[in-house]
Amino acid sequence: MTAVAVLPRERWWATHPRSAFLVRRAMRLAVSLAVLITLAFAMIHLIPGDPVRTALGPKAPQSLVAQRRHDLWLDRSLWDQYVHYLHGLVTGDLGTSISSNLPVSDIISARLPSTAELAGIAFLVIMLLSVPIGMVAAVLTRDGRRRGTDLGFTTVTGLLATVPEFLLGVGLVVLFGVTLRWFPVGGKGGPESYVLPVAALSLGSIAALARIVRAETLNVLGQEYVRTALSKELPARLLYLRHVLPNMLTATLTLGGLLLAGLIGGTVLVENVFAWPGLGTIVVNSVGTQDYPVAQAIVLMLGATVLVINAVVDLVLGFLDPRSTIGAS
Amino acid sequence: MPGRRPLAAALRTPTGATAAVVLAGLLFLAAFAPAIWGAEARHVDVAHLLEGSSGRHPLGTDNLGRDVLARLLVATRQSLGLAVLAVLVATLIGVPLGALPAVLGRRAGRIVNAVIDFAVAFPALLLAIFVAIVAGVGAQSAVLAIGIAGAPSAARLTQTLAASIAGSDYVAAARLAGVPRRRLLLRHVLPNIGEPLILNLTLAVGGALLAMSGLSFLGLGVQAPAYDWGRMLNEGLERVYVSPAAALGPGTAVVIAGLAFNGLGEALAQVVSTRPVHGGRRRDAGHPVDEPAPVAVGDEAPVLTVSRLSVHIPTAAGEITPVREISFTVSRGEIVGIVGESGSGKSLTAMAVGRLLAAPAYATAARLEFLGADLRAKPTRTLRRLLGTSRAVVFQDPATTLNPSLTVGRQLTEVSEVHQRMPRREARLRAVSRLRSVRIPSPERRLRQYPHQLSGGMRQRAMIAMGLMGEPQLIIADEPTSALDVTVQQQILRLLRQVNEDTGAAALLITHDIAVVAETCRRVLVMYAGRIVEELDVRTLCERPAHPYTRALIASVPDMATDRDSPLATIAGRPPQPAEIPDGCGFAARCAFATERCRAERPPLLPLAPGQSAACWHPRTEPLPALTDAVSA
Repeated sequence: MTAVAVLPRERWWATHPRSAFLVRRAMRLAVSLAVLITLAFAMIHLIPGDPVRTALGPKAPQSLVAQRRHDLWLDRSLWDQYVHYLHGLVTGDLGTSISSNLPVSDIISARLPSTAELAGIAFLVIMLLSVPIGMVAAVLTRDGRRRGTDLGFTTVTGLLATVPEFLLGVGLVVLFGVTLRWFPVGGKGGPESYVLPVAALSLGSIAALARIVRAETLNVLGQEYVRTALSKELPARLLYLRHVLPNMLTATLTLGGLLLAGLIGGTVLVENVFAWPGLGTIVVNSVGTQDYPVAQAIVLMLGATVLVINAVVDLVLGFLDPRSTIGAS
Repeated sequence: MPGRRPLAAALRTPTGATAAVVLAGLLFLAAFAPAIWGAEARHVDVAHLLEGSSGRHPLGTDNLGRDVLARLLVATRQSLGLAVLAVLVATLIGVPLGALPAVLGRRAGRIVNAVIDFAVAFPALLLAIFVAIVAGVGAQSAVLAIGIAGAPSAARLTQTLAASIAGSDYVAAARLAGVPRRRLLLRHVLPNIGEPLILNLTLAVGGALLAMSGLSFLGLGVQAPAYDWGRMLNEGLERVYVSPAAALGPGTAVVIAGLAFNGLGEALAQVVSTRPVHGGRRRDAGHPVDEPAPVAVGDEAPVLTVSRLSVHIPTAAGEITPVREISFTVSRGEIVGIVGESGSGKSLTAMAVGRLLAAPAYATAARLEFLGADLRAKPTRTLRRLLGTSRAVVFQDPATTLNPSLTVGRQLTEVSEVHQRMPRREARLRAVSRLRSVRIPSPERRLRQYPHQLSGGMRQRAMIAMGLMGEPQLIIADEPTSALDVTVQQQILRLLRQVNEDTGAAALLITHDIAVVAETCRRVLVMYAGRIVEELDVRTLCERPAHPYTRALIASVPDMATDRDSPLATIAGRPPQPAEIPDGCGFAARCAFATERCRAERPPLLPLAPGQSAACWHPRTEPLPALTDAVSA
C-alpha cells in the first residue's frame, strides 16, 4: 500500500482555514434551518384534532372546512405535503390565511418593514449608547475608584436589565404617554411615535451590554499591553480608543449579536404594548384566532432570522479578530 | 467568608437580606391572600365600574367593579404557582437531558449537546408561541411553553455543574473502581450537584414569572375568568388613559417579584466570588510627598535620583510595604542592575520609578527625580512628553506587553506622532530605521504585521525599538529576558548593551539572574525583603561580595566547572512575606553568620570599600573561593 492511500482525502475547501471555517459554519446554519423548517411544517400536524375545524369553529359548514383542507393540502399524504411546503417556501408561497383568506406572503410583506425598522433602530441605539456608557463607567471606576459611582451604575443597570421590555413599555406609556403627554401611547406615525417603542426595546439591552462593556474594559485595562501604552504617556483619548476599545470589541460584539437575536423576541412583546403594526402583533393575533398558516410562517421567519443573525455574528467575529485561529484544529 | 453555605452568607448581605424579606412576603401572600382578600376580589359592584384610584379602591376597580388591589394580592398565588410549575417542567425535561451525555456514549452525547446548543440559542418567546399554537391558548400550554423554553438552560446548567465535578478525585476513583456510568451519574454526580442545581432552579422561578406574565399579557397565558398579574396588566393597559394605576399596579408587582429573585441570585454570585478588598480611600498611583530628606549620593547630574522610596499596597489584612525606603541613583550612560529573588521588591521598584504602579499599590519617596523633573508631582504635559520620549520601558513577556490588535508599526509610530509631533510618513521612516537598528530583518514588512506574527525574540526587539522611537536617556528593563529562550536571551542582552553604547542611554536592569547582571551591568543593587542589602560594582560582585545573601546568590549559579554530581546549591529557607518582615536583618533567619544582634537590630546600608556598601553586621571580607565562568564578565 502506498503512503498516499492512507492519507485522508483532502476536501477542496479544507486547504484554507478561513474558507473551511466559513463552510463549516454555513453547514451548521443549513442544518439548523432544516430542523426549523421541519418543525414549522410539523407544527400544524401536532395540533390535536382538525386544525381547520378548530380555526373555523364548530358552526362552519362542512363543505367550507373540506374546501380549506383541500386548499391547505391537508387531504394529501404527509410526504406530499412536506414537498409542497418546501416548494412553497422556495417560490415565496407561504400559504393562505384561514381567517382572512389573504396570501400569507402579502400579510408578511406588509408588516415586515415595521418590525425590521423597530428592531434595527433599537439595535443601533443599543450599540451606540452601551459602548460609550460602559467604557466611561469602567474608566471612572477602575482600580476600585469612585465606589459610589460603581454602586449607582451597577444598581441602575441591574434594575433596567431585569425589567422585561413589555413592563418597561407600560411604564414608559404611563409616564411619557399618559402623564406627561410627550409622546403618543401607541401606533406608528411620525418620528415621535418611534421614541417610546425603541426606548422600551433598547433600555434593558443597553443596561445589560453596558455592564458587559464595563467588565470587559476593566479586564483589558488590567492587561500588560495597557501598561506598555501607559509607559508611552499617550493622551487618554488614544489610550482608550486605540489601545482598549479594539480589544474589548470581540466580547461586546458576541453579546451584541445575541442581543440582536433577543430583540426579535422583544419586538413581539413591545409591538403589542404599543399597537405597532408589525409581525409581532399579527403573530399573537393569529395564535389567538387559530390562524395557523400565518402563525406558522411568522414563527418560521422570525426563527430563521435569529439563526441567520447568530451565524453572521459568528462569522464576523471569526474574521475580525486578527489572532483568531479559526480552522486551525 | 464564602464557606460551605453560600445561601446563609448571601442572606447576610444587604441585597440578599432585602430580597429574602420580599420573597418571604410574596410567599405569605401566595399562601394567605386568597383567604383574606378573596371575597373582596370577587365582589362585583356595578355602581363602581372601571373607576380610577380612590380611597376605597387604591388601584381603582375593574370592568365588574371589583377592587384591583385585592385582585392583585390574590393573584400572587396564581402568578407564583404557574412560575414554579414552569420551572418544574423545565427541570423534568432539562436535567435528564443535561445528564444524558454523561451516561450515553461519546457520539450520542455529542448529538444531545448539539440539540441543547440549538435550543439555547433560540428565543424562548418564539418557542412559547410554537407551543401555544400546538397545545392551544391557555395557562396549561403557557406553563408547558415556558417549561420547554427553559429546559435548554436547565440542561446546560446540569451539564456545566456535572462537568465541574466530573474531574474531581472521588469521581475519578469511582471510575477507576469500575462503577458503571449510569450509577456513577446517579450515585456520585447528581447528589453532589444537587444543592447548586436546586438553588439555581429556584432563582429561575423569577425568570419564569416574568415570562409567564409576558405570555398572559399577550393574551396567550391565563384566560379569564382566571387571572394572574400578566392578565391584569393586559386588562389595565386597555384603559391606561383612564386609570394608569390599573396597569402600573400589576406591572410593579411583576417587577418587584422579578427583582427579588434576581437580587438573591446576585447576592449569591457575589458571595461565591468574593472579590479582593481594596483600600477604602482612594489612592493615587502617584507619589505623595513623604518628608524632606537628605540628598542621595550620586555623580554629576544623575539621570535618575531615588531617595527613600517605599511602595505600599493596601490589602484586606492591612497595608503591606513590599519596598522599604530604598535610595539609589543612576548616572548618565550607566547600566545598573537590581537583582534579587522574586518577592524582593525589585519589580515594584522598577514600576514605581516608571510611574507605572498598578493601583491600589502606591509609592512614597523623599525624592524621585528623572532628568531633574520631580516624578512625585502631578504629571503635566511637559513631564509626560519628557517621559514619553526620554524614558523607555521593556517588560518581561513580549507576548503580552504588545497590543495584540494593533500592528507593530502603529505601536511604534504613535510615540513620535504624539510626543514629537511627527507626521505619519516621517514616523514610519523612523520606525523602519529603529527596527533596523535592533536588527529586525525586512522592517518595512514587519511594520504591517501584528505582534502574534513575530517570534518572541523579535517581539522583544520590537519592544526595544519602540523605546528608541524617542531619544531615551533611561531604559527600564524589567526581567527583559526571563520569558525568552536561552539563545535569544543573549541576543537581547547584547542588544541592550549595544543600544547603551550607541545612544548613551542609561539602563536599569531588573533581573533575578545574577549571571545576567554580571555580564551586562556596571553597578549592582542586591535587594532582599524590600531593601537594598548590598550595592557594589560588578568587579567587586565577582571578587569579594560582603553580604552573605549576595554570596549565596553567586554560589547558586551553576557553571561549567560545577560538579554535576553534587546537588545544586540553593539558599535554604524562603524570603519573608512583606507582611511579616522582622525587626532585625531580613536575611537573619536564613543566614549562617546571624547573631542575636542581627535578629534584634536592622543593619544600615554602610560603605565598606570604594564602590561597595552593605547592610550587614558581619560583612564577609575574604575573596570568593573560585571565580565562576558564568559570573566573570
